[in-house]
Amino acid sequence: MTSIFSADGRNVACTLIEAGPCVVTQVKNVETDGYNAVQLAFGERKEKNTPKPLIGHFKKAGTTPKQKVVEFRDFRVEFEGQVDLGKTVEAGQVFIEGDFVDAIGTSKGKGFQGVVKRHGFGGVGGQTHGQHNRQRHPGSIGACSWPSRVFKGMRMAGRMGGDRVKIVNLRVLKIYPEKNLLVVSGSVPGPKNSFVIIEK
Amino acid sequence: MSELIKFVEAEYSEARTKFPSFKAGDTINVHVRITEGNKERIQQFQGTVIQRKNPNSNGETFTVRKVSNGIGVERIFPILSPSIEKIELLREGKVRRARLFYLRGRQGKAAKIKEKIRHRKDS
Repeated sequence: MTSIFSADGRNVACTLIEAGPCVVTQVKNVETDGYNAVQLAFGERKEKNTPKPLIGHFKKAGTTPKQKVVEFRDFRVEFEGQVDLGKTVEAGQVFIEGDFVDAIGTSKGKGFQGVVKRHGFGGVGGQTHGQHNRQRHPGSIGACSWPSRVFKGMRMAGRMGGDRVKIVNLRVLKIYPEKNLLVVSGSVPGPKNSFVIIEK
Repeated sequence: MSELIKFVEAEYSEARTKFPSFKAGDTINVHVRITEGNKERIQQFQGTVIQRKNPNSNGETFTVRKVSNGIGVERIFPILSPSIEKIELLREGKVRRARLFYLRGRQGKAAKIKEKIRHRKDS
């Protein structure tokens, strides 16, 4: 992340996203697949690290093996003609400055966390007045003889992070088409140099 | 730092050299562009620099303190902000620390900063 200044002099926090060049590896339509979609591939990958079936799939599109393959449902009509098998899609073709986009990624793993961090519980409160060593505990998880069980979905401690997260309505502040670089406002899920899906 | 971040931040490298170099203890006059409705005018803010924060980053700021009608006023400016028109360096101060928060508790003569005397060799 970094920050840039907007036209009205505000310092805006922003994230840089390398959004291309993507290669169209498959075009799905209603007749053959039952729905319309475009499959895009991004990022170079060595051939020896690529599964054989995928190598064949990339060969069909006439490209080198790629790292990430993602399907986009109902690619917009205005891009028709640009999205044929084997064609490249650049960031400058799809996005313009001022667009609102959604970013989908896998959030950073936080490990096994307690209820205060994981679910925003308040904790117990005070440390005095006879309070023992239970400052960040969940408290009661239900009643006694009825229902004699813990309800499903009760919020408890456990693994946190590493989920698929979607951040909506990030503004595209700037585009560098020659570098396929998007500058979007705010933060996106996941660690540095991770993959995110950008939807318009 | 990532190459791409450097690439984006390089755009502001020119703005960084636009102003004279100043540090904590110096007295400066900042010309700020202010929009009121549709009109734009320049406002001046003159005072002592009491700190520079996050140097060499896009978010670098400096704090200017002045005493106006007996009331201390501090203003924080982002150094790369496009609304800063001009910075004038009026007086260099001789101070022993980078953050002059001790000025907040002082008044009158006690809040005075000695002027830095430049010898001929330096200049």
